[in-house]
Amino acid sequence: MPQHEKVLLANVHRPNSEKISTYLRYGGYTALRKALKMSPEAIIAEVKASGLKGRGGAGFPTGAKWDFMPKDAPVKYLAVNTDEGEPGTFKDRLIVERDPHSILEGVIISAYAIGAHRAFVYIRGEFFLGVKRWIKAISDAYQHGYLGRNILGSGFDLDVSVHRGAGAYICGEETAMIESLEGKRGVPRAKPPYPAQSGLWGKPTLVQNVETLANIPHIVLRGAQWYSSIGTKESKGIKIFCVSGHVNCPGNYELPLGTRLKDIIYEHAGGVRMGRSIKAIIPGGASTPIISADRISTPMAFETLKAAGTALGTGAVIVMDETTDMVEVVRRITRFFVHESCGNCLPCRVGGKRMLEHLERLAAGTGTARDIDDLEYLAHGIYGRTFCPMGTGMAEPILSGLRLFRDEFEEKVKAV
Amino acid sequence: MAGAKVSKKTDSTAIIDPAKRAMLLAALYIAQEQKGYLTRDALHQVAKRLGLTDSEVYSTASFYTLFRMEPVGRYVIQVCEGLSCYLNDGAERVVEYVGAKLGIKPGETTSDGRFTLETVQCLASCGTAPAMRVNDQLYENLSPASIDDILERLMGEV
Ligand SMILES: Cc1cc2nc3c(=O)[nH]c(=O)nc-3n(C[C@H](O)[C@H](O)[C@H](O)COP(=O)(O)O)c2cc1C
Ligand code: SF4
Ligand code: FES
Repeated sequence: MPQHEKVLLANVHRPNSEKISTYLRYGGYTALRKALKMSPEAIIAEVKASGLKGRGGAGFPTGAKWDFMPKDAPVKYLAVNTDEGEPGTFKDRLIVERDPHSILEGVIISAYAIGAHRAFVYIRGEFFLGVKRWIKAISDAYQHGYLGRNILGSGFDLDVSVHRGAGAYICGEETAMIESLEGKRGVPRAKPPYPAQSGLWGKPTLVQNVETLANIPHIVLRGAQWYSSIGTKESKGIKIFCVSGHVNCPGNYELPLGTRLKDIIYEHAGGVRMGRSIKAIIPGGASTPIISADRISTPMAFETLKAAGTALGTGAVIVMDETTDMVEVVRRITRFFVHESCGNCLPCRVGGKRMLEHLERLAAGTGTARDIDDLEYLAHGIYGRTFCPMGTGMAEPILSGLRLFRDEFEEKVKAV
Repeated sequence: MAGAKVSKKTDSTAIIDPAKRAMLLAALYIAQEQKGYLTRDALHQVAKRLGLTDSEVYSTASFYTLFRMEPVGRYVIQVCEGLSCYLNDGAERVVEYVGAKLGIKPGETTSDGRFTLETVQCLASCGTAPAMRVNDQLYENLSPASIDDILERLMGEV
């Protein structure tokens, strides 16, 4: 197995990894010292040159997003997305609980680069330990002079506060998160305007995922050239892959983008349990299309997964062996999205419920061929026609499931 | 769109202080600590303190599943019913196991008011599935034996 230097997950397995003393002992906050001596423009240029793309699911180029932040706006905000809830994804929780300072250092550098003096950490309500770790990390950073006024004598000021969500997956969507930070129902806003133009309280706001931010100190410290030397043409750098399902060693694996799915599953995650063969894989979290085992040689990169008809998403690989009931898989994922629909737009709210009804009948063995056709019709109808990307995310597993495993759906009908 | 319009309107009326409004979720968490759920009175107190109407507070609170409008047991057991937990013999299996031990179904509370059983969506513990939460504590890699331990400990607590 090729060995890869651990960067993002270098600290997490050390004893007391969450403490500032541990973080400092292993070189923590040296990137911040370096960054504060650079100009904000130089940092943005470095991040752009690194090729880093967002790790929260949408994969938007990070440097370009920073550049969109208006330079002359007097008040700007940074919002840190710790709402991780896409089924299959469990990387952000690990970093927050075990290495919160690595994110915080990224937060401070990013805020400095875009000229924000206020940052808001939004964290999923269920992450109780994560909340505690964020608060402790922030208060220790204040004590050490990494936050507050005149950070390390640079003249740069930054305040950071922590805000708990309260059980709503949709609040991970950036505009819903902004609504929630304002103390409202987490209903997505129309885009444009994008948060970079008008976000929290109408001010330009940069929303960034936790894993994305954790990359920033390393890019600043070791340079864009080093970072972009890792990965593929359009997918630069390192990524944490969350592997779960029917594998021997589920867990978080930090690897270069472009690592083949096959290698992630068989070399890193220990292969499939009981030596069984793979039937299907969800490569990037529940809202990415399901692929079949014949795609296993696909490199895990934005462009290659797109070519394979799916997406990198959050990098959450769910492995399903030959015994898996794919109708049940699709039903379960759909139930998640129906449960989490914010109810704001009709296709997602009503279409989702209808699709789930068809799936419930099919899974229970009481469905008919009509249920399959109606399900497919509805999924096509919803695809691309919802107010926010969640509705389309709901249609993806259904459409791909039907395309690849239609025979299993038909079996269920015949069984009646 | 509608959302944006409404928020603009409320901002321009300047009756609602955005900084206070932003404290609503935190205030609801505090209000919920007393009884384990949000009583009408608690909602009213929050509204009064933050300069909001009762219905605004109710409407926001009811959007979020961690805010409860009904009484719950002292220990709320939330079993993940997500895909990875299902693939790891969790989800319904854990729900049934816990339910049988406590004599309740999801959505129910034991008659002594100690335990409420719920199902929830992915807890971001898919790599350590099956998972569940009891109040604010996360439990991973569940097995019948570990569930027995957890429940016995909670039953022993005064
Ligand atoms: C329904 C939905 C849920 C989302 N949930 C999350 C989430 O939990 N965490 C996250 O970082 N991004 C999530 N996103 C993506 C965010 O909208 C946004 O793109 C991201 O936070 C930007 O950060 P990045 O560029 O660093 O990835 C979600 C998007 C959608 C449509
Ligand atoms: S697609 Fe679903 S989650 Fe998104 S706005 Fe519409 S109802 Fe809400
Ligand atoms: S599916 Fe249960 S924790 Fe993710």
